[in-house]
Amino acid sequence: MSPRTTRVVLAVGAPVLALVMAFVITSLVLLAAGDSVADVWAQILSVPGHRAIVNIINAATVYYLSAIAVAIGFRMNLFNIGVDGQYRVASFAAAVVAGEGWLPGYLNTLLAVVAAVLVGAMWAGIAGLLRVTRGVSEVISTIMLNAIATALVAYLLRKVAVDDGGNNTATKQVPEGSRVPGIQIFDDVTVKVYGFVFLAALVGFVYWFVLSKTRFGFDLRATGRSETAAVASGISVKKMIVVSMLLSGGAAGLVGLPLLFGNDYSYGSTFQSGLGFAGIAIALLGRNHPIGIALGALLFAFLDEQSNSLQIVVGVSPDIVKITQGVIVLTVVIAYEVVRRYRVRLEQRQVAAALDEPATIEEAKA
Amino acid sequence: MTVPTDLTTSPKPRDGRRRVTPAKVMLVLFGLVVLLATLRVLTGADDLASSGTLRATLVAAVPIGLAGLAGLWSERAGIVNIGLEGMMILGTFGAGYFGYFYGPWQGVLGAILFGALGGLIHALATVTFGVDHIVSGVAINIIAAGAVQYLAALSFTGVKGGGQTQSPPIDSLPAISIDALSDPLGDLEAKNWFIISDAAALLRALVTNLSVLTIIALLLFVLTWYVLWRTSFGLRLRSVGESPASAESLGVDVIRYKFVAVLISGGIAGLAGGFLALVASSTFREGQTGGRGYIGLAAMIFGNWRPGGLLAGAGLFGYTDTLRLRGGGESIHGLLLLVAVLLVGLAVWQWRKAARTAAIVSAVLGVLVALWFLLSDSIPEDLTGMTPYVTTLLVLALASQRLRPPAAAGQTYRKGSAG
Repeated sequence: MSPRTTRVVLAVGAPVLALVMAFVITSLVLLAAGDSVADVWAQILSVPGHRAIVNIINAATVYYLSAIAVAIGFRMNLFNIGVDGQYRVASFAAAVVAGEGWLPGYLNTLLAVVAAVLVGAMWAGIAGLLRVTRGVSEVISTIMLNAIATALVAYLLRKVAVDDGGNNTATKQVPEGSRVPGIQIFDDVTVKVYGFVFLAALVGFVYWFVLSKTRFGFDLRATGRSETAAVASGISVKKMIVVSMLLSGGAAGLVGLPLLFGNDYSYGSTFQSGLGFAGIAIALLGRNHPIGIALGALLFAFLDEQSNSLQIVVGVSPDIVKITQGVIVLTVVIAYEVVRRYRVRLEQRQVAAALDEPATIEEAKA
Repeated sequence: MTVPTDLTTSPKPRDGRRRVTPAKVMLVLFGLVVLLATLRVLTGADDLASSGTLRATLVAAVPIGLAGLAGLWSERAGIVNIGLEGMMILGTFGAGYFGYFYGPWQGVLGAILFGALGGLIHALATVTFGVDHIVSGVAINIIAAGAVQYLAALSFTGVKGGGQTQSPPIDSLPAISIDALSDPLGDLEAKNWFIISDAAALLRALVTNLSVLTIIALLLFVLTWYVLWRTSFGLRLRSVGESPASAESLGVDVIRYKFVAVLISGGIAGLAGGFLALVASSTFREGQTGGRGYIGLAAMIFGNWRPGGLLAGAGLFGYTDTLRLRGGGESIHGLLLLVAVLLVGLAVWQWRKAARTAAIVSAVLGVLVALWFLLSDSIPEDLTGMTPYVTTLLVLALASQRLRPPAAAGQTYRKGSAG
């Protein structure tokens, strides 16, 4: 095998190995519990129908934004566990702004998006500021801020909620003209792909461009790799921490928007929660790479969607895929670590072999 | 907070070296009673110090305290454990399953066993494979939540009184009441005498309907303190969390100590979950933990990684939680006054320590809280749920210089790193 193919095989091999391991562990759980392993996988790995495909794309869009938000932090060596709280505060703010409808049509949408980004960034900024001014670990402060966000949003929701006749407390509906129309990709089903799928793609592109092609991105990655080296090359680490927390929070602010403008049209007590933690898992799975994250988001959305009918068809609780998803996080990280150690050994051997060669040439000359 | 300001005359390191004597414990308890009594009289919120509130506080504080204790074991060995929540979730199911099918004591064991299973995953990932501790913790929280939902649907669907998301009622563990003391104390409490009635309420809460598991939990605190700070096993375990390389160079099997610590951590976290299912509610329900694993983590940080402080933190958070559950918007409103006074006190102290900026921040916060107290009658129920989290953020922000986590917490150690 040439070095190039070795590298490709290893790069692809790690996630594949991780997935296989996750499948094996899930199967063991199913076996231990006495459920039919074959039936469960046959159902989950069946070809999704048109409706399921649209649902998968929609769920993946939301996961993607969440994972990008987490990945921004990861590249800077910051662990933003607070995406969960950030997107909920931001979605709520966006829903209030959009529901008021101060501006006409899509200007209103734009205003709500800006509000979401700002609020998300501010909420994450608290953690960033606490880190640089008081040395508080962002892991702990964002965990606390998640819980505070939950309480705060519940409180504010009660304040602004409108009576819609049902028992769902929710903000005012987004006006018709400000909603983002969906895209019909299959004629035989009514569900549409969120228009904000383009927003997710744009965010992914900007993420890639800024991190890989700009000076700022280089500084950010450098600081993430080695703080001391960054300081030596004149980067203000404190500034980078605050800025990347703000960016991560801003991206987190976008997470709830596809749902808000494409499906729910208001923020209520039933708004989807827990997206932030899925984002952490997917960012790890995708190795913080925009394409990798997209694949990871699709995989998670696929598992979610395909497991929905498990209860009816096979009689197994769909929660089994949550085990798979959680296990994937661990196996992915472990697999990459194993591959990294293997690669280091491989390189050492190659270097050793290369060092031997000139000696033999000189011997030959002599 | 009486720390000698002149460092030259006090060469002894102050951190963790203050002796805890029975007299001091009594003094703290007495101070607590006086504080509650004063607050009760000043604000007129009688529920602040009723024996009902205090008993409920005990029930609310134990799972938080146990979760914190679990975190303590793990972090003292250098393994950050934010998988506490997941291990607690596993514990609630273990208690529900074994408690319903075999009996309450088996439920206790089941809770510990399931929690330890979570600990085993965390230990394998972080200690053996060197996975980032936070990543592993997040993964365990996801796995545990999913696994428990799956297992609950499998075990309790179709069982009489149970369902997809909850177990049938579990027989309760024995509880201890000393009626000879409880009744006269109740009479005394009803008199509403300043301090005396409050002390009676506190004592009454301790002698009425006290679950054995609560007693076990309190004993675990003493045991933890003893084992970690008074035995060579504990010394080695803590050394692994402070400086694993030095520990290994002295012949300590770092990997094994870390592994054992995380297993114990998982077991205690499981017990914390089991307490919720067996004592606090007598049935397993999905989502029963409600983020208490994180509150436990907060209590541990609040307590500066020591059992005594952790106990105080758990008590505080359990207390505010109880006031909230008892519809205590007014009671918590009364606490605002206390917070304002404490913040102003802190400001004065910081000013004397020449920490001018911090003093100003504390003072401004104190005045704001005081204004809030004066301008409102009650705190909305939703906001009171924030108390533990806001407290923790404030403690971290205002006192982070005085907090001292284990030096090597969060670092991955590979065997042979001592060189």
